[in-house]
Amino acid sequence: MSEPGAPLWLLAELTYKCPLQCPYCSNPVDFAHTGVELDTDQWINVLREGRELGAAQLGLSGGEPIVRKDLELIVAEARKLGYYTNLITSGIGMSADRVASLKEAGLDHIQVSFQASSSELNNWIAGTDSFDHKLEMARAVKDNGFPMVLCFVTHKENIDQVDDMLNLATRLDADYVELATTQYYGWAFLNRDVLMPDRTQLESAEAAVNRFRDQKINDAMKIYYVIPDYYENRPKPCMSGWGSLFMLVTPDGTALPCHSARVIPDIEYPNVKDMPLSDIWKRSDAFNKFRGFDWMQEPCRSCAEKEKDFGGCRCQAYMLTGDAAATDPVCDKSPNRQVIEDAINASRQPEAKPLVFRNAKNSKIIQSTVQD
Amino acid sequence: MSNTEQSAQLTQVPKLANGYRLQWEPAQDSFVVLYPEGMKVLSGSASEIVQQCTGEQNVAAIIKSLEEKFPDVELAKDVLDFIAGASAEGWLDV
Ligand code: SF4
Ligand code: SF4
Repeated sequence: MSEPGAPLWLLAELTYKCPLQCPYCSNPVDFAHTGVELDTDQWINVLREGRELGAAQLGLSGGEPIVRKDLELIVAEARKLGYYTNLITSGIGMSADRVASLKEAGLDHIQVSFQASSSELNNWIAGTDSFDHKLEMARAVKDNGFPMVLCFVTHKENIDQVDDMLNLATRLDADYVELATTQYYGWAFLNRDVLMPDRTQLESAEAAVNRFRDQKINDAMKIYYVIPDYYENRPKPCMSGWGSLFMLVTPDGTALPCHSARVIPDIEYPNVKDMPLSDIWKRSDAFNKFRGFDWMQEPCRSCAEKEKDFGGCRCQAYMLTGDAAATDPVCDKSPNRQVIEDAINASRQPEAKPLVFRNAKNSKIIQSTVQD
Repeated sequence: MSNTEQSAQLTQVPKLANGYRLQWEPAQDSFVVLYPEGMKVLSGSASEIVQQCTGEQNVAAIIKSLEEKFPDVELAKDVLDFIAGASAEGWLDV
């Protein structure tokens, strides 16, 4: 196989600690059992090695990255190395002073996530009173001259508020707004039946976005609207292909090709403490596992579209078919497409299950059930 | 911001919009413009233009200095179109 290109996107999940409890969080459900967090020097070393490999965009996320007291140090080093640094935060645990000190350290951009456009729903989904503080932090972000992305993760409970979300983003003077329909990994997979919107909801949300654009209510604000792939008949080109552009490092230093890669069993993911990043990227079995097209089965193997979608998502293939090398069952050419229809039907049952909130207690319960 | 003008004006003073950064990327062997969660790789001629968009000189001056650097090329129209296009896309302020 030819040498892989550069991992243009490096995502550093600095910590799994987070004061919020979003039931769609993409963190692993067993996060409570993670190893010791990398320290400042270890993170700086990861950044240096990533930059040498050609990474240009750095995401700092978590958990809630602001929990790390050394965030400014990490940002300053990243900026010095030439990264474009993106902070992905819920705004909770942040203060106007820290926004200013991050600016001073050279941070380039802040993405603030909201759970909904109304205080009540936001606070319920986040599992904590957080809405007012988020508003305040969004204003501080703009006051400090940062470009700001507002991110709303949408699902059955809040997707009917898309109009309000766009208006809120306008009032807060967001430069970009991301309406990202929940993807079913991590905690969201656990809560899938409760979170999945129905087709009518999606159609009205899309209509709201189009209306907002057509009426030119706020032309300067760019809107990214991501629809859930369960309602498509072709899968998403997940991560532009496994090990193609993206590398994630978890709080304890495990290097992954995507957020949820650890759901696939029998792959040993290397740790940045044991191996140089360039060996991890270029030579590790984990990153080479689904590179290129040789690993594919039918119908992907002989499909004309394989360079467009790479056969979809490996994690989704594993979670829904039990085989990580299978065609992503979202594809209507997959022999397993029925599991998607079943999931859509299950989400339409009126006797909804309770939401499982993302917190350490639930994480430990889930872990021990898995081990039993 | 200019809306739908076909071409930029000679008196405009272009500058990268807030949050956009121009830098040389050895891994791409190119100049790139970085912005929130994205990157544009610039062609050789695009990077010559964008390097001049510092917010300190107007389009006429940019054309003049590029003409001095590349005396054999007829470039005024390309520069005007490029600046208009980039400002319509939102990454150059004029
Ligand atoms: S999704 Fe919610 S719970 Fe998960 S890290 Fe982000 S803010 Fe915290
Ligand atoms: S068969 Fe595979 S490669 Fe072809 S469209 Fe479906 S997922 Fe993509």
